[in-house]
Amino acid sequence: MQPLTTDEIRIVIAKGKFRDNLFKAVGIFCLAFALLVIVALIADMVIKGAERFTLDFFLNFASRRAAQAGILSAWVGSLLVMLVTALAAVPLGVAAGLYLEEYAKRNWLTNLIEINITNLAAVPSIVYGLLALGIFVYQFGFGQSILSAGLTLALLILPIIIVSTREAIRAIPAMIREGSMAVGATRWQTCRYHIIPYAMPGILTGVIIGLARAIGETAPIITIGALTFIAFLPPLPFTAAEGGATAGLFDWVMSPFTVMPIQIFNWTSRPDPAFEVNAAAAGFVLMAMVLSMNAVAIYLRYKMRKRIKW
Amino acid sequence: MFKQSTLVSFMAAAAVALLGTPAAHAQVIKIDGSSTVYPITEAVAEDFQKAKKNAIKVTVGISGTGGGFKKFCRGESDLQNASRPILAKEMADCKAAGVEYIEMPVAYDALTVVINPKNAFIKEMTVSELKTLWEPAAQGKVTKWNQVNPAWPEAPIKLFGAGADSGTFDYFTEAIVEKAKSSRGDYTASEDDNVLVQGVSRDVNAIGYFGYAYYAENMARLKGVPIVNPKTGKAVEPSGANVENGTYVPLSRPIFVYVNAKSLAKPEVNEFIDYYMKHADKLIREVKYVPLPKAAYDGNLKHVKEMKTGTVMGGKNEVGITVEELMKREAKM
Repeated sequence: MQPLTTDEIRIVIAKGKFRDNLFKAVGIFCLAFALLVIVALIADMVIKGAERFTLDFFLNFASRRAAQAGILSAWVGSLLVMLVTALAAVPLGVAAGLYLEEYAKRNWLTNLIEINITNLAAVPSIVYGLLALGIFVYQFGFGQSILSAGLTLALLILPIIIVSTREAIRAIPAMIREGSMAVGATRWQTCRYHIIPYAMPGILTGVIIGLARAIGETAPIITIGALTFIAFLPPLPFTAAEGGATAGLFDWVMSPFTVMPIQIFNWTSRPDPAFEVNAAAAGFVLMAMVLSMNAVAIYLRYKMRKRIKW
Repeated sequence: MFKQSTLVSFMAAAAVALLGTPAAHAQVIKIDGSSTVYPITEAVAEDFQKAKKNAIKVTVGISGTGGGFKKFCRGESDLQNASRPILAKEMADCKAAGVEYIEMPVAYDALTVVINPKNAFIKEMTVSELKTLWEPAAQGKVTKWNQVNPAWPEAPIKLFGAGADSGTFDYFTEAIVEKAKSSRGDYTASEDDNVLVQGVSRDVNAIGYFGYAYYAENMARLKGVPIVNPKTGKAVEPSGANVENGTYVPLSRPIFVYVNAKSLAKPEVNEFIDYYMKHADKLIREVKYVPLPKAAYDGNLKHVKEMKTGTVMGGKNEVGITVEELMKREAKM
């Protein structure tokens, strides 16, 4: 084979560069497309809902008059349900992931469990709703409460948290474990002082992805019986309750409730077109809630990563 | 280890707090059921709570008429919104669970046949034309307007209608095809009436049907088709006045609220029903439904006071019934 002349080499380089730039252009186009969709979506909601972005909108209950209707019971409901979901799903999910990675023996049973957990993540959410209706609402007698809804969504996001916990743990180099064990730490001490802190940023990402999915869920919440019209808030701990009693610290978990997606759905399906404005405004608020959850996660992850020194 | 033990004691405290609370919600009136009746009950609930300075709490859910009756017959709700009368099977369920109820017609809903405002050839329709269009035999065969009426152009028909789970679908098929749930299937079906509003308002050759309130709120985008009254032979516009004077038949129907007789032991439920019946006329007009004559609301209150339990409808949909007839009948469990 003849050695290439300088000109031929230039052509080869130019071709390579052209392909490089071509891919860059395609990549930018794809990214712009995705961004454009979300920008259009947000802009549409902001423009349509602009006239409702007042303090009253956040402090008013639902009403038959579009201009007076607000999202108070919906956003409080969504936040409280998320709180129950996080309290239930995070300890369970992290502990399960930790066990599978650090303690469980590698055998067919563990493999079977792993496959099933991955499959659980793909089960349609309505199925969790039906399960929860039978177990939480009727069997355990939790009724149509914040507790039932929170636990239902906790089941829904449990697989996501387990899988992301395991991935975060797997990314920790083996030498960390070996080093810890070498100086005489038990397995639990290794997990407690090394594995969990180092895996925390990854776990947190999984938790937030899970919660962001859960906050937009409608189907399982409707199945267990969330309400559409509810013009009162769950009882605040230690305030006066009905009959002169004082509300207990956890009375709110048994309270009836509604959540943001149900409120939005109800507004879009009403005869009076004025409610579409409310729906757009509420949609934007829900999106802002998800975005701020993500922002908190990114911030915490950044803080925690800075503390890790390998 | 210290942290673990605090966590355990915290969880124990949480469990105690949870188990110790179930009796805290005595003053809540629970309502569930039809989405058609929902706007009326919501308006009443909103004003009632304000009038009582939030001392009494009311919750309203939308499980649909059928889903709502399941809960109602298990005794889970105090009041049930129903866009059709209780059916024989639901009567049996209630009886089995020992749930007795009082039936209260609260308003009229007029099913409205709508077309695109640009449609110039349809001036009115008869029940038999609607039957030709919607009966199961029409599926895949009746696709051009001139097949329904030779005077109309040879243009394709675009059909929009209620989803098969709704009370609206049950009543429309009963009134038009004369057999409940019997309809052609090749049409755009939606439980969300706004989808149907959008569809008809965008297509010149479209026709659809849904509750009067959706037509009333969207008159600028839709045209209501006058329906020929089978008795008088005259075409009648869908309007509040024509429903009230009883000429808009067979597509106007009464809608109901059922109350669990046991719930009437609670004074707040009695107060709520009293408020409902006394303010029904004003609130129902406000949400664009058609109120019943005053005598009907007084009759409902009387039935509640006398604990006249049961239904007068005999466990099925009935086409073209007036509220005066309803009030005269004897209720059966």
